[in-house]
Amino acid sequence: MDFFIQLLVNGICIGLLYGISAMGFVMIFKASSVINFAHGELLAIGAFLFLTIVTWAGLPVYAAFLLTLVGSFALGFIVERLFLRPLIGEPLIEVIMLTVGLASMFKGLMLFIWGGNLYTFPDFLPEEFAIQWGVVHVPPVYLTAMLIGILFLIMFGLFFKYSSQGIFMRSVADNQSAALSLGVHVKRVFALSWGIAALVAAMSGIVLGLINGINVHELSSVGLKVFPVVILGGLDSIGGAVVGGILIGLLETFTGGYLSTSLKDVLPYIVLVVILLVKPYGLFGLVEIERV
Amino acid sequence: MFKKLRFHPCGNFKENYEEELKVFSTDFGRAWSIVGLLVLFIVVPFASGPYILYIFNMIGIAAIAAVGLNILVGFTGQISLGHGAFLGVGAYSAAVLATRFEMPFWAAVPVAGLITAFAGLIFGLPSLRLKGLYLTISTLAGQFIIEYLLVHWEDITRGTMGITLPAASIFGVDIVGDRMFFFVIFLCLAAVVWAAVNLMRTKYGRALVAIRDNDRAAEGMGIPIFRYKLLSFAISSCYAGFAGGLWAYYMISITSEPFNLLLSVEYIAMIIIGGLGSIAGSIYGAVFITVLNEGLRWGTDVIMNMNIFPEIGLTIAPVREFVFGLAIVLFILFEPKGLAEVWRIVRSNFRLWPFSY
Repeated sequence: MDFFIQLLVNGICIGLLYGISAMGFVMIFKASSVINFAHGELLAIGAFLFLTIVTWAGLPVYAAFLLTLVGSFALGFIVERLFLRPLIGEPLIEVIMLTVGLASMFKGLMLFIWGGNLYTFPDFLPEEFAIQWGVVHVPPVYLTAMLIGILFLIMFGLFFKYSSQGIFMRSVADNQSAALSLGVHVKRVFALSWGIAALVAAMSGIVLGLINGINVHELSSVGLKVFPVVILGGLDSIGGAVVGGILIGLLETFTGGYLSTSLKDVLPYIVLVVILLVKPYGLFGLVEIERV
Repeated sequence: MFKKLRFHPCGNFKENYEEELKVFSTDFGRAWSIVGLLVLFIVVPFASGPYILYIFNMIGIAAIAAVGLNILVGFTGQISLGHGAFLGVGAYSAAVLATRFEMPFWAAVPVAGLITAFAGLIFGLPSLRLKGLYLTISTLAGQFIIEYLLVHWEDITRGTMGITLPAASIFGVDIVGDRMFFFVIFLCLAAVVWAAVNLMRTKYGRALVAIRDNDRAAEGMGIPIFRYKLLSFAISSCYAGFAGGLWAYYMISITSEPFNLLLSVEYIAMIIIGGLGSIAGSIYGAVFITVLNEGLRWGTDVIMNMNIFPEIGLTIAPVREFVFGLAIVLFILFEPKGLAEVWRIVRSNFRLWPFSY
């Protein structure tokens, strides 16, 4: 029973992280209906940026965190500007294959710079963060993950509900040409959504790096794990991303705990295929009805 | 045969559908194709050494699979990120058929193609019901699930040990060495290209193109979209499986290692570089990527041996990954129709010279 509760807590924390990284993905999909295959690489770049700033430049953790967020926002912005903006109006299939190419390019570049080794962050989270409920031990990293997850969920909720940029984004997601005719700067919305997505990805990359250590292959494969999460939650629902993330996280930790660790990595994809078969628009996705 | 030579007209003067459907628009095209085939089968295998023949064979196998992927991506407008894994399914099917059921070479490879087509249907079935590019996500899942099965379904695939195949033979003639395989692989490639070119001239091929261009209009004209997309995916997987079977026999022993996501990306790169929606383009892409691969291997070896940066452990994997990604990105941004389009432009510049406008 103790083992079960421990797995439950771990699963929820990991799942929240998956949820957060999926949020960025959903954001890009909602704004520009681009399926971003380079999301995992954005995640890894964020983590490595943080690592480099902390260990080599020796800046304090909070400054490094802020710098990383700013840096990855800029990166997302630049990627949109350089690679995606020229393709506005081109067939979607080309844009998606472009993100596949970007993913491969970024991954090669990261492997070139940092190699395939496993790095760890210096331990900076205070031990008081840990929670001890009887036998269940929640390490500080998991608590941080949970806090950050909830914080970002609230922030996104407020952003989309009240800020003008958030409302622009929702309008573009709803109907691009209508938004354009009402004076929404659609290109800026695209750029902003890439920037925010990269920022969110970097943050989840940092926290995931705190849990498992940072490794190019590991982190970019987390980016692909976003797909089961968003298909489960519904491709265009931010809340769904969080719920889907938690479900996938739980599923993964329970299979890892009770069945086998090698099955753990592939089970989310089996779930993905099953979900596509029985509930193709996910739990919270918008069902598109089209009649010919 | 050349009683009335047909040249390229300076405009579009086609009067009926038969003219539109012609494979060769001029007799020169037909003649050059025959000359090319003769050179390929008579001169190349005897004029080149084993290393060059090895590269040719790899190009041939890659081209078969790339033609298949292009039918799906270029002609039907669906992306598959699992082509590498389907190649693996084909390779393992051929290996298992050859070792367990002692099937002869000429039967094992086509049956491997059929098995792979069936495996493709499993992943195509859920995703193709939806509109949009869900097949991409589903095939990504397929890639990981198949990779897992290849390693962990040990009863059949023998896990990480791999399988060693018996020597291939057709009607009592043993196929050993690069030169014998050259003939087998390129005869298969010729047959497969012939099939693909002609498939695109039938009602099925036109239906696929219609779905790519506008699926709503296609459905309105009475094309059952779901069935045709599934058909296209099955054909594409079948090509991959066929190529995989040849690969298994050519490599003699196979492991699950090469059939990873990077291989799938490599195939995507091939068809983008070669040209989406062009059968010839798939072959150009296969040539480009295979030669690039060998060039990179050679280049990294040279740099390693020169010992300029001894502290950097330069390995080929990241460089390959980076270069493939860069090639995909650059081609999509600057020449989305690929090398086939470059070739067309060069040709028409020559044809229209000196007034090429």
